[in-house]
Amino acid sequence: MQVALFFIFATLAVAGAVNLLVQRAPINAALSLVAVMGALAVLYLLLGAEFIAFVQILVYAGAIMVLFVFVIMLLNAQPDEASHRSRVARIIGVPALVALLVEFAGFLATQFSDSPVRMGEYISSTEDLGMALFHQYLLPFEVTSVLFLVGLIGAVLLAARREDPPAAMPTAVSSSSAKTTPAELVIR
Amino acid sequence: MPNATFFLISLVKCGVVLFVLLTLVAYIQLAERKIVGRMQSRVGPTRVGPFGLLQPAADAIKFILKEDITPDSAHKFLYLLSPALSATLSMLAITVIPIGGGTVRLFGQNTPMQITDINVGLLFILGVTSLGVYGIVLAGWSSNSKYSLLGSLRGASQMVSYELALGLALIGPIILAGSLSLRHIVEAQQHYWFIVPQFLAFLIYLTAAFAETNRIPFDLPEAEGELGAGYHTEYSAMKFALFFLAEYINMITVSCVATLVFLGGWHGPVFGPALLRAILPLVWFVLKVCFFLFLYIWVRGTLPRFRYDQLMAFGWKVLVPLALGNILVTSLIVGLLA
Amino acid sequence: MADVSSIPVAVSGVHVETKGKHLLLNMGPQHPSTHGVLRLVLEIDGEVVVNATPDIGYLHTGIEKSCESKYYQQVVTLTDRIDYLCPLTNNLCYVLAVEKLIGMEVPRRAQWIRVLLNELSRISSHLVWLGTHALDIGAMSVFLYCFREREEILKIYEYVSGQRMMTSYFRIGGVALEPPLGMLDRVRAFLKTFPDKIAEYETLLTHNPIWLGRTQNVGYLSAADCLAWGVTGPCLRAVGIPLDLRKTNPYSAYNEFDFDVPVRTEGDVYARYMVRIDEMKQSVRIVQQAVDGMPEGPFKASAEGIVLPDRDKMKSEMEALIYHFKIVTEGFKIPAGEAYQAIESPRGQMGYYIVSDGTSKPYRVHVRSASFGNLQALPRMVEGRLLADVVAIIGSIDIVLGEVDR
Repeated sequence: MQVALFFIFATLAVAGAVNLLVQRAPINAALSLVAVMGALAVLYLLLGAEFIAFVQILVYAGAIMVLFVFVIMLLNAQPDEASHRSRVARIIGVPALVALLVEFAGFLATQFSDSPVRMGEYISSTEDLGMALFHQYLLPFEVTSVLFLVGLIGAVLLAARREDPPAAMPTAVSSSSAKTTPAELVIR
Repeated sequence: MPNATFFLISLVKCGVVLFVLLTLVAYIQLAERKIVGRMQSRVGPTRVGPFGLLQPAADAIKFILKEDITPDSAHKFLYLLSPALSATLSMLAITVIPIGGGTVRLFGQNTPMQITDINVGLLFILGVTSLGVYGIVLAGWSSNSKYSLLGSLRGASQMVSYELALGLALIGPIILAGSLSLRHIVEAQQHYWFIVPQFLAFLIYLTAAFAETNRIPFDLPEAEGELGAGYHTEYSAMKFALFFLAEYINMITVSCVATLVFLGGWHGPVFGPALLRAILPLVWFVLKVCFFLFLYIWVRGTLPRFRYDQLMAFGWKVLVPLALGNILVTSLIVGLLA
Repeated sequence: MADVSSIPVAVSGVHVETKGKHLLLNMGPQHPSTHGVLRLVLEIDGEVVVNATPDIGYLHTGIEKSCESKYYQQVVTLTDRIDYLCPLTNNLCYVLAVEKLIGMEVPRRAQWIRVLLNELSRISSHLVWLGTHALDIGAMSVFLYCFREREEILKIYEYVSGQRMMTSYFRIGGVALEPPLGMLDRVRAFLKTFPDKIAEYETLLTHNPIWLGRTQNVGYLSAADCLAWGVTGPCLRAVGIPLDLRKTNPYSAYNEFDFDVPVRTEGDVYARYMVRIDEMKQSVRIVQQAVDGMPEGPFKASAEGIVLPDRDKMKSEMEALIYHFKIVTEGFKIPAGEAYQAIESPRGQMGYYIVSDGTSKPYRVHVRSASFGNLQALPRMVEGRLLADVVAIIGSIDIVLGEVDR
């Protein structure tokens, strides 16, 4: 049963990812990404990583992607125009992609060739995860959080509304009217 | 456990829960109309059946028979998807709610009194409810109406903000119980309910839960005074009914979670003969949930509505810092005692 | 109207209309919170209102014009329909204007009855305002409580005049009929319970933090703006100007009553709320005095040819019967001239300007309505505020569209 579930959701994830790339309208692409994340969460679940699975849904699908959709709605983003098919992309990009895939497959084959993942056998507890994060990997964890903080402050700084100069209009009017003195009017 | 039996048991449990849930939604709505009516010196529905008891059935028939309108300029697929998404996700969250500590015997198997018992039940509920935002966002956007769009923008930012406070408020009890499983959290409250050591968290949870379910005083996404009906302005017939259903199921879900996490779930005095002993925990659980649902109705009859900026300021500047402080203090005390 | 450009999204078919980067939002005429058929075109930036353009005329009834084809007495029935929340106030203002034109003295008892009913009108009008205002801000129960009490006042109307809303009870020269026996007892019974009811509304709202947050510092209007735009009534008294025509230019018998004019200085929605709440309490005082000191005497002036003769006389005197017939079929002529009478309606200064050309029908009737003046200040109040405030502000100026459009 688990194998069947794996294939169903793996197909869903891949299909969603392909759809994400193919779709022109930003909103459809964003929703495809949500589907991919949902499918990934199920795959995590099949591996026994319950905590990761639901955090994936809670954080990525439930918060980050909502903001994406939100922004797309607010900006009323237009479908992308197809760019000129760059020849450079075709000449360099395609071989590079093939090379990457080969390398990736080779890496997987050499590293995990003898031990395919047996689904449903690992039950990772949330406690173990917490222990690992806060003991073994405490420094990277804290550094990451500082990094987030920096990003946050930067975003606030960039997005903060600058105060408009207060009531520039009346002064501009009065100064311009001051320029045309009665003497000038007389001359005209 | 053989797969076939597992499926059968799950199916039966789902059926029972679905039936109870839908009936409950129908009658909460009737109860709301009756109770708010009493509070406002009216009588509420009385015409359909004795004391108006068949009113929900009449409403359901009305919803089914009404003309189903799709605006011409709507995004057809998303317009259809969003009510379905709202209703499905709200029902999904109920699956991990345990309603009793014991087990029931079904098809020769002992099975817990919940559809499925997972180790991170609370996280599951939070995850699923966080997806509920999509229903609102997409509904508002796909209807292609300005009022709907404003409603859904409000809804999305409100739910994302208050989800944070909601989740943070639940961390205190989680620390005390040392588990994310709802069953374990309830079992940890055998001697005292978590509302006692975590009163602040309880208040934060309650406030955030009102916002999360879009009820007065936080019903801004559907503020009929300003936005008509907000994100579901353009919806009619069963599509509208699905949003309605989702709102009430969400109310039940957050009430259940409040009962399980803060009010000791099914714990309560148990006495008398064996049959009574078996039933009483269930009764306590239902009573506690009903108390929360009554609270919802009571508040609706009393309070005016917040303004959008006040709501956001309240969430981010009051609830979230308070919840963080609560976590800090709780973990410090638990750490020192351990 | 402003240039509306729209940006369609080809794939989804969804498009949002924009003017620059702002959204144009059409609010009304069918909208739950515009108190009738007011239409506002709002230019909003996010939820902030940049510009508001009121669009009126959806309830234009042509009442002013219709008045020109009615006999003086018949016009009273039309005035009911101008401000349908306080029909008796309209009745009073019109008959006072006509009486001024004729130079007629009205018996004291009739004046006291008019004051009593007028203050009840003020209470009932303020109750509708409070109920709908609170409903707009989300407090649903207050709405039903207010209508519960208003119902009692409508019952008193019905007992006195036979009608719940379109009362037409006042006549040129007095009132239509001697008030029925037991009318004062009914009013007393109402006065006994009503102060507690006001306390009940105040419990729900006055100190409620959400209510304070929604109303304080919202919709501010300065005293200078009020004067510039012709804002009157509670909105004017909420900025600290104690102009109340009942005190400054007493009409009917208001100079015989003892009451205060509630004034606040904040000039926001909350100040208007408090002024009206206090006004209801003052109206209770006035009605109480009217009930306690109701003078005896005739309920209408005796002016042959203008005021209908008594029933008894009609049955015994031929002349009375003829007068009755003539007044009803031909009306009565009024010497050429013009008169303006202003009174303090629940919404502010209500005035009737009547021009007579010497015939039995008015040459021109113009109504100076408080709602129209108050509504003009709306754009000033909502600019820079949030969308939710627009609803609170419209509620706080208490407009009646029938009175705005006439």
